[in-house]
Amino acid sequence: MSSLTDRAWRVGPLVSRIVAALAGGYALAALASVAVLVLPISKPQAVITGMLASFPIYAGAVIWVFSVRSATRAWLGLAVVATPLLVAAWSVWRA
Amino acid sequence: MSRRTPDEEPRLTGRGIRQSMSDLHSWAGLLCGWILYAMFLTGTVSYFKDELSQWMRPELPYQAQVPDQAAVAQRVADELGTLVPGSPQWSLRLPDARNNSVYAFWRSPARSADGRGFGEGQFDPATGRKVASRDTLGGDFFFRFHFQFHYMSALWGRWIAGVAAMFMLVAIVSGVITHKKIFTDFFTFRWGKGQRSWLDAHNAFSVFGLPFHLMITYTGLVTLMAMYVPWGERAAIKTPAERQQLSAELSVFIQPGRPSGQPAPLASVEDMVRQAQARWGRDNVGRVTAVHPGDAAARVAVSRGEAGRLSMSPQIMEFEGTTGRLLAVRESVGPAAEVRGVLYGLHLGRFSDAVTRWLYFLVSFGGTAMVGTGLVMWTVKRRQKLPDPSRPYLGFRLVERLNIAAIAGLSIAMAAFLWANRLLPLELPRRADWEIHVFFIVWASALAHAILRPAKGAWVEQLWTAAALLALVPLLNAVTTQRPLWRSLAQGDWIFAGTDLLCLALAALHAVLALRTARYRPSPRAAGRARGGPVAGGKLIEEGA
Repeated sequence: MSSLTDRAWRVGPLVSRIVAALAGGYALAALASVAVLVLPISKPQAVITGMLASFPIYAGAVIWVFSVRSATRAWLGLAVVATPLLVAAWSVWRA
Repeated sequence: MSRRTPDEEPRLTGRGIRQSMSDLHSWAGLLCGWILYAMFLTGTVSYFKDELSQWMRPELPYQAQVPDQAAVAQRVADELGTLVPGSPQWSLRLPDARNNSVYAFWRSPARSADGRGFGEGQFDPATGRKVASRDTLGGDFFFRFHFQFHYMSALWGRWIAGVAAMFMLVAIVSGVITHKKIFTDFFTFRWGKGQRSWLDAHNAFSVFGLPFHLMITYTGLVTLMAMYVPWGERAAIKTPAERQQLSAELSVFIQPGRPSGQPAPLASVEDMVRQAQARWGRDNVGRVTAVHPGDAAARVAVSRGEAGRLSMSPQIMEFEGTTGRLLAVRESVGPAAEVRGVLYGLHLGRFSDAVTRWLYFLVSFGGTAMVGTGLVMWTVKRRQKLPDPSRPYLGFRLVERLNIAAIAGLSIAMAAFLWANRLLPLELPRRADWEIHVFFIVWASALAHAILRPAKGAWVEQLWTAAALLALVPLLNAVTTQRPLWRSLAQGDWIFAGTDLLCLALAALHAVLALRTARYRPSPRAAGRARGGPVAGGKLIEEGA
C-alpha cells in the first residue's frame, strides 16, 4: 500500500509533465494560432501566420515543461502565457 | 531511467537543465526513432522520386528532350475527355526535365464503385494514352510512405507522421541544449572506441547537418500544417468567398464553382499552355487544372513550373474554359503565404538543379544516419550496464531487435521493392499493389529474422543481404530490360545509369557496415572506465559534449 502511494508520489509529477508537454503544449500552440487573428493583417495572412508559428511554440512549450524545476512550475508557466492568448482568442471567437 | 524525481531540487541548476534535456532527447528520440528513421530514409530517396519512377517504368523511352508541353497538354486533355467525361475536375502534371510521363488526377463524375471518388494515372506524352508500361507506383511509393505510410487511411498516416515530426523537433532542440561544446564536437572523432565512437558519429551527423535537420523537420510540419492546426482557419474562415481567398494563397487548384448545366466544349488547351510558355518559358509549365470541363462554366488554370524559383506558392494563369480568354494572372501571394511557400519549397527541394539535389540527398542521408546512430547508441550505452549481458531485460531486447529490423531490414525491403518491380509478372492483377506488398512482406520477414537470431548475427546477415540485393540491381536490370548499365552510360541516360550506380554505391556502404559489425568485439572495460558509481545515461553525453 505504502509502496504504491510512494510510487504514485514519484511517478505523478512525471506524468503531469508529460501531459503538460503533450496536451498543454498543443493547447498553447492552438491558442496562439487563433489569437494571431487579432493582428491588423488580412485574414488569410493571419491564419497562415498562426499555423507557421504554432510549431515553434509547441516545441518551446515542451522544452519549457521539461527544463523547469517542478511540474507545478511547468503548468504555471504555460498558464501565464496562455492567459493573454486566451483573452485574444476569446475576442476572435466571440466576433 | 528516472534517476531523480522530477520535483526534486537538482544539486546544480546548470547540470539539471542539461540532464533533463538529455533525458528528453533520449526519450523523444527513442519513442519515435524507428518511424523517424523510415520517414528520413524514404524521404531522402524521394529527392530522386521522379528519376526512380522513370527507372521503374523501363518501357517508357529515355527522354532526351522535353516534349512541347502545349501539345502534350492538349493530347492528354482530349484523352481525359473520353476517359472520364463529366468529371468535375482534372489536373495534369506536364512532362519536364525530370518526368517523361504525364501524371493526371481526376474527380469521378459520380462516386465510383470503390467509393474513392477520384482516379489517377500516368499518360504517355507522345500519344496521350495511358502509358504502356508496367503497373507501378514508382518512386511515389517511397514519397507517399514518407508522410502517410501504407495500409491505413492517409489521414491517420499523416497524423502519425506529424506526431513523429513534432517529437523530432523536440529531440533536435533538446539535443542542442544538451551539448556544451557543439563546435568542438564536430572535430572530435574517436574511432573504434565503442560507445564513444557511436556518440561521436551521432554528433558529427547531427552537427554537420543541424541547420538542414531543423529546417527539414519544421518545413515538413509546415507542408501539412492546415491539417495539424486548423483552429485559426476554423475561427476566421466562414464564407465560401473567404475560403476561396485562403485557398488561392496556398494552392494552384482553383475552386470549382457551380456547373451551369449547359454543355459546351473546352477551348484549345494547347493555346492556353502556349500563353503560359510565352510567360514562363517553354519547359516551365507545371500543371493544367480544369474545373467542369465540358460545361459552359468551365475554368482552366495553368500553373508555373517549379524549376528556377524557390517558393512553391501558386503562380497561375486562369482562363475561361469555353473561350480560352485569359481571366487573370496571379503571380504573387501575401507575405505570410509567401513565407509558407518558401518553407514548402525548401522541404521538397524541387527547385534544385542536379548539384543541389545531390546535396539535398547527401545531407538528408546524414539525417537518416543521425537517427540511426542515435537508435543504436541507446543500446550500446545500456549494454555495458546490463547485470547479465547474455540475458538482457525485455525493453533492451525490444529496442535492440527493432533497431535491426528498422535499419538493416528497411534497406532490404527497399531493395526488394526494386526487385519486385523487375521480377513480378507484367500481367499480374493489381501489380502495383503487389510491389508494395512485397516491400512489407520482406520487411516483416526481416523483423522475424531479427527476433529469432542472436542480435549481432542478425545485424551482419541483414546488412550482407541488403548489400547483395543492392549490388545485384544493375545485373537484374541488365537481364530484365533492354537498358543495361553499359548502354545507358553510352547513351548518356543518367536516369538509368545513375540509379544503377547509386545502388552499387549503397551496396558498398552496406558491405562496409556489415564487415565492421562482424569484426566488432565489445570490450566491457573500454567504455566503462570513464564512469563510476550509479551512472546517469546522460552524463556521458555531457562528458562527450
